[in-house]
Amino acid sequence: MTTYIFNGSFEGLLTAIFEFYDRKEKAVELVWDKLYQPSILDEALEIVNDEFKAKRVWDGLKKKLSPEWRTRFYKAYLSEDPQTFQDLLDFARYIFDNPAGAEANFGNPHVIAISKMDKKVNREKHRMKAFIRFQQTGDNIYYCPVDPDFNVLPLIASFFKNRYTDQRWIIYDLKRKYGLFYDLKSVQEITYEFISEIDIKKVILPIELTDPKEELASILWKDYFNSTNIPARKNMKLHIQHVPKRYWKYLNEKQ
Amino acid sequence: MYDRIREKLSILADAAKYDVSCSSSGGNRKNDNKGIGDSSASGICHTYTEDGRCVSLLKILLTNHCVYDCAFCVSRKSNDVKRAAFTVDEVVELTMSFYRRNYIEGLFLSSGIFKNADFTMERLVRIAKRLRLEERFNGYIHLKTIPGASQELLTEAGLYADRMSINLEMPTEMGLKLLAPEKSHDDVKMPLGFIKDTIAKFKDEKKTGLIKSIPKFVPAGQSTQMVIGATPETDMEIMYSADEYYKNFSLKRVYYSGYIPISHDSRMPVIGSQPPLLRENRLYQTDWLMRFYGFNVKELLNTNNPHLDTDIDPKLSWALRNLEQFPVDINTADYHMILRVPGIGVNSAQKIVQARKFGKLRSDQLKKIGISYNRAKHFIRCADSPIILNEPDAPHLKSIILTESSSKYLKVPQNQLSLF
Repeated sequence: MTTYIFNGSFEGLLTAIFEFYDRKEKAVELVWDKLYQPSILDEALEIVNDEFKAKRVWDGLKKKLSPEWRTRFYKAYLSEDPQTFQDLLDFARYIFDNPAGAEANFGNPHVIAISKMDKKVNREKHRMKAFIRFQQTGDNIYYCPVDPDFNVLPLIASFFKNRYTDQRWIIYDLKRKYGLFYDLKSVQEITYEFISEIDIKKVILPIELTDPKEELASILWKDYFNSTNIPARKNMKLHIQHVPKRYWKYLNEKQ
Repeated sequence: MYDRIREKLSILADAAKYDVSCSSSGGNRKNDNKGIGDSSASGICHTYTEDGRCVSLLKILLTNHCVYDCAFCVSRKSNDVKRAAFTVDEVVELTMSFYRRNYIEGLFLSSGIFKNADFTMERLVRIAKRLRLEERFNGYIHLKTIPGASQELLTEAGLYADRMSINLEMPTEMGLKLLAPEKSHDDVKMPLGFIKDTIAKFKDEKKTGLIKSIPKFVPAGQSTQMVIGATPETDMEIMYSADEYYKNFSLKRVYYSGYIPISHDSRMPVIGSQPPLLRENRLYQTDWLMRFYGFNVKELLNTNNPHLDTDIDPKLSWALRNLEQFPVDINTADYHMILRVPGIGVNSAQKIVQARKFGKLRSDQLKKIGISYNRAKHFIRCADSPIILNEPDAPHLKSIILTESSSKYLKVPQNQLSLF
C-alpha cells in the first residue's frame, strides 16, 4: 500500500485524488502531514499542492455529482477529521469508477461515511448560527469568539452577512486563529493582530470595551431565559442534549 | 435603574410561557431592503430552557391585564398576580436589541385582552408595523390573533406577521365551556377561516401574475394550541379535533400543552400534580404520524382504541394491532409501507428506496443507513433475513420489544397481558 502525505488543504486532497489516477495506484492511504509517522514498510509520496491537478479533479466531480453532493463533499472536508480525508478519497474513487448517480447508493460504505460526516458538520454549522452571542463593543462592532468542533466559519459567513447587513461584526475562531469581519460591504478573513486590543482568552468582554447598552441587553436576556422556563417541567437531560456543556462558556444566559 | 424594565420583562415573559409554540420556521422574508434580518426557513433554536424547550423567539405578552376570567389561564382577571404592560417603544427596542446580538429569530407577541378586542389587536399591529417599516426588520414575527378583532385589523396584521395563531385552549367545545363559559370555538373558527381565505386570495393573485409584487401575507401560516389534561377529553377526541383543524383551516401546526396546575379551581387538577408530559409526547408522536407518515387519524385512534398506549409509541402500537400487514420486504415494498415500519423514519425510508436500486439490501447496510434495527427487525425482511417458523403474536412481540428497549418513561417494563 502506498501512503500519500498531504497538507490538509482542500487543494491537497484533490491533488492526491489526481495522483491516485495518474500513477494508476491500487490502494492508497491518505495521511495528514501533521499526523504522519514514517514506517519502513510503506512507500510514501508527499503530495505537492497543484492548482491545475486539483481543478481537473473538481471539474470531474462537478460532471458526476449534483451541486448538493459537491457541497456535501466540501462540508465533509471541513470536518478536518483524518478518517474523513481517507473517506473522501475513497468516495471520489467510487464516484469516478461508476456510472453517474452512484452517490444515491446508501448501501455503499463510502457514501454513508460522507453522508454521516456531512450531517455532523451541518449540525455544528447550525449550532454556530444558534449559539453565537454578539457583544456590542464601544466602537460599535458586534463581536463573538467561538471554537467550533469543525471549521465551519466558511459555511456561516453568508448567513450572517445577509442577516446583519447594517451592523459591523466579527466572528472569531479561537481554535483555528482566524475570524470573519463584516465591514458593511463584504466579509473578510482576519487574524488575531487585527483585533489585538481584545483579550481573546476571555469570552465576555470587559465592560470598558463595550457599548453602554451592552450590559442591560445581556442582563435582560438572562432574565428572559429564566422567566420563560417552566420549573414544573424541568428536564435537565433534554436541556443538556440540546445545549451541550462545551458550548456553555459562550452563552451569556448560562453564565 | 434597570429595575423597572427587568420587572416588566419577568412578569410578561412568565405570563407568556404557557404558549408552547416557539417555532420560527416557514418564514421566507429576505433582507432585500438593506435592513436587518433574514428568515431562516428551517427556523433556529437559539437556546433551550432547563425544561428542554426551544427558545427561538422573544415570547412576551404586551400586557397581562385581561378582561376574561378563564380558569386555566394564569392571567385570568380574578387571579392575584402582579400586572404590567409594555409600551410600544419598549417592545420594539427589546426585540431589536436581542435580534442584533443574535439571541433570537424574532418576536412572538401575545396579549391579555384590555378594553376590547380591537383596542388590543391595534396595539399588536402597531408594534409589528413599527418593526417592519421603521426598523426595517426582516426577522420573524408571530402575532396572536385576538378573537373578535375587525377584519381590517387582521388584514393589516397579516401583512406584517410571518405567522398568526389563535388558541383553541380546550380540545372540545364542551371542555372550553366548562372552564371559560364566556368563550366558544366559533370565536376561534371565524378569524382562523378569514385569515386562511385571505392567504389563499393573496396566493391566487400571485398566480395570475397581473400584479408585479404581491406583498407577503402570513407566509408561515397559522397555528393553534390546546391544553391537555385540564379537562377530561380522550386522546381520540383531542386528535380528531386536531385533524379537523388541520384540514379545515390548513394549519401549519397544532400544539399540545400538558396542563400545569396554576389554580385551586376544583374543576381541574390540583396544584402540585405532575403535568401529563408522557401523554403530551404521545400526542405529538401521533401528530407527526398524521403529517409526515401518511397515517389517517382513524387508524391510530378509534372507538376500539380511544387512548394512546403509554408504554409504547403509537406507531408500534398500530403495527402490533395490524400484524397481518407485516413483515414488509425492504427490497420490494412500496415507500409508504416502509414508512409504516416501527424503527424506520422518513430519512431512512428515503435512503432505502434509493439504495435498493443498486442491489438487494442486507441487515448490515440497513443498520448503517441508520434505522433502529432492533425494533424494525421484527417487522421486516431483507436479503439476509433468517426464516422464522413461529412468528410471535402481538402480546408476545410487544413484551420482547419492551424487554429489549429502554424507554425513557418506563424504568420497569410493563409486560402484563392485554385484556383483549
